[in-house]
Amino acid sequence: MATIIVVTSGKGGVGKTTTSASVSTGLAKRGFKTAVIDFDVGLRNLDLVMGCERRVVYDFVNVIQNEALLKQALIRDKHCDNLFILPASQTRDKEALSKEGVGRVLDELRDSFDYIVCDSPAGIEQGALMALYFADEAFIVTNPEVSSVRDSDRILGILQARSKRAETGSTPIKEHLLVTRYSPRRVEAGEMLSLKDVQDLLGIPLIGVIPESEVVLQASNSGVPVIHFDQSPSGQAYDDVVARFLGESRPMRFLEPERKNFLRRLFGT
Amino acid sequence: MPRSDTKDTQDLFPAEPHAHESAIELRGSVFTLSVLRIHSNELDVIESQLVKRLSKSPQFFVNAPIVVDLESVRDIPAALDFHRFVVLLRARHLFPVGVQNGSALQYEAAMAAGLAVLKGRAMKEPPAITPLISSQPDPIVSADTEAVSQTQAAPDDRATPASNTKIVQQAIRSGQRVMARNSDLIVLAAVNAGAEIIAEGNIHVYAPLRGRALAGVSGDTQARIFCHQFEAELVAIAGNYRVFDDGPPKELRGKAVQVFLDGEQLIVAPLD
Repeated sequence: MATIIVVTSGKGGVGKTTTSASVSTGLAKRGFKTAVIDFDVGLRNLDLVMGCERRVVYDFVNVIQNEALLKQALIRDKHCDNLFILPASQTRDKEALSKEGVGRVLDELRDSFDYIVCDSPAGIEQGALMALYFADEAFIVTNPEVSSVRDSDRILGILQARSKRAETGSTPIKEHLLVTRYSPRRVEAGEMLSLKDVQDLLGIPLIGVIPESEVVLQASNSGVPVIHFDQSPSGQAYDDVVARFLGESRPMRFLEPERKNFLRRLFGT
Repeated sequence: MPRSDTKDTQDLFPAEPHAHESAIELRGSVFTLSVLRIHSNELDVIESQLVKRLSKSPQFFVNAPIVVDLESVRDIPAALDFHRFVVLLRARHLFPVGVQNGSALQYEAAMAAGLAVLKGRAMKEPPAITPLISSQPDPIVSADTEAVSQTQAAPDDRATPASNTKIVQQAIRSGQRVMARNSDLIVLAAVNAGAEIIAEGNIHVYAPLRGRALAGVSGDTQARIFCHQFEAELVAIAGNYRVFDDGPPKELRGKAVQVFLDGEQLIVAPLD
């Protein structure tokens, strides 16, 4: 019986799709059979970030509307055998995501997968509501800036009120705060909210901090989830996140500005 | 003392562009009036008891506007002499302004004596034992029908709750709205920016208050707001509000404060 994880934020451009791609890859690399679903109907991106855009034949909406079988629409990831991508439709709109349809697809996936990662679109409309409705756990992706924190707060309120778990009165969705695009240098300069500020404002447990890095953009553009870049701080930070999610205890890293050492500074490298 | 039911309608009459040119301005407002409840039609008896009662606190009722509650004497056939009654009250430095809960005949006589008829609710005796179910707080309502699920009711082992109080243990987040009707509201977690808490009674927040808090929304000017860590966007009591455009002033920010009304002025004062 799979655990359903929603990756959500309210605000756009904070790193939901990057996180969905890396977290699902991390889970699959550790041997869990994982599916990642793009709920951003009409603005699909996950297939690009996962590098499988040319292999999309059928999509999530086709399956919901019984135009294709689930196994026809699932795309096997090119790096991990355990990972499958269910792409969004680019030509439909988000109203195509009915509660019954999404529930049926998730039920079908639940039997044969360990984890189902739902990549939510921005906003609080139908797509976002459907992505979080069936969730067991939630990653709240937040940038260290006030508008992102405000939107995350809003989406937390919705998780706690309008998800299936809230409506049926069962155990609430387990919430994890993931702070992305964190730049310790800019925090030090007072240009960004500090980690403590974000935690104080949102008041949910922190699962990780992803440092701001050019590697993330390069990874997205090349269609390889950034967690594969195991030499880069952001790739390592995502690996920490997955490990912590699975119960491992790892200290937070990359919270201090990188200090160039004396020799490096001398030679200007 | 019952409150008049008039809703504070100040904001229903926004100032017209030419408001300064008009000689009058009609506004709704809420007043607290003393109610004199009479259990007898005999003015001599009333007078002697009134003298006795007033002698206990002679200053308190000087020139106080008074509403006469007729409920107990409504069915007594003997007519009440309102003219004499008014004179009698005036002589004791009370200002009768109206009557309530009388019969049609009594109303007619009262109006002839220059008293207004107030359609206030009858002042009920406090209910003997409120059934526990009715002390259950309202569900949290919100602009988009969200409801925070874990609202805690007053503990069930209290057989006779002293008052209705709604207790919320969970953070109230942006976009959520919590309403406490006929009661105080106590919040034990943060009220975040963009959230709104509303109570007909007092509001207590034992955590950061970052959103909006409106106490005494049905016109209770005595209602107050208390909070542990003041960072509010807006506070209001009985319709008198104050916004904090650039955040609260430095001397209040993050402090424990109380908010109350002094006349028409809204005071935000540190609690220490």
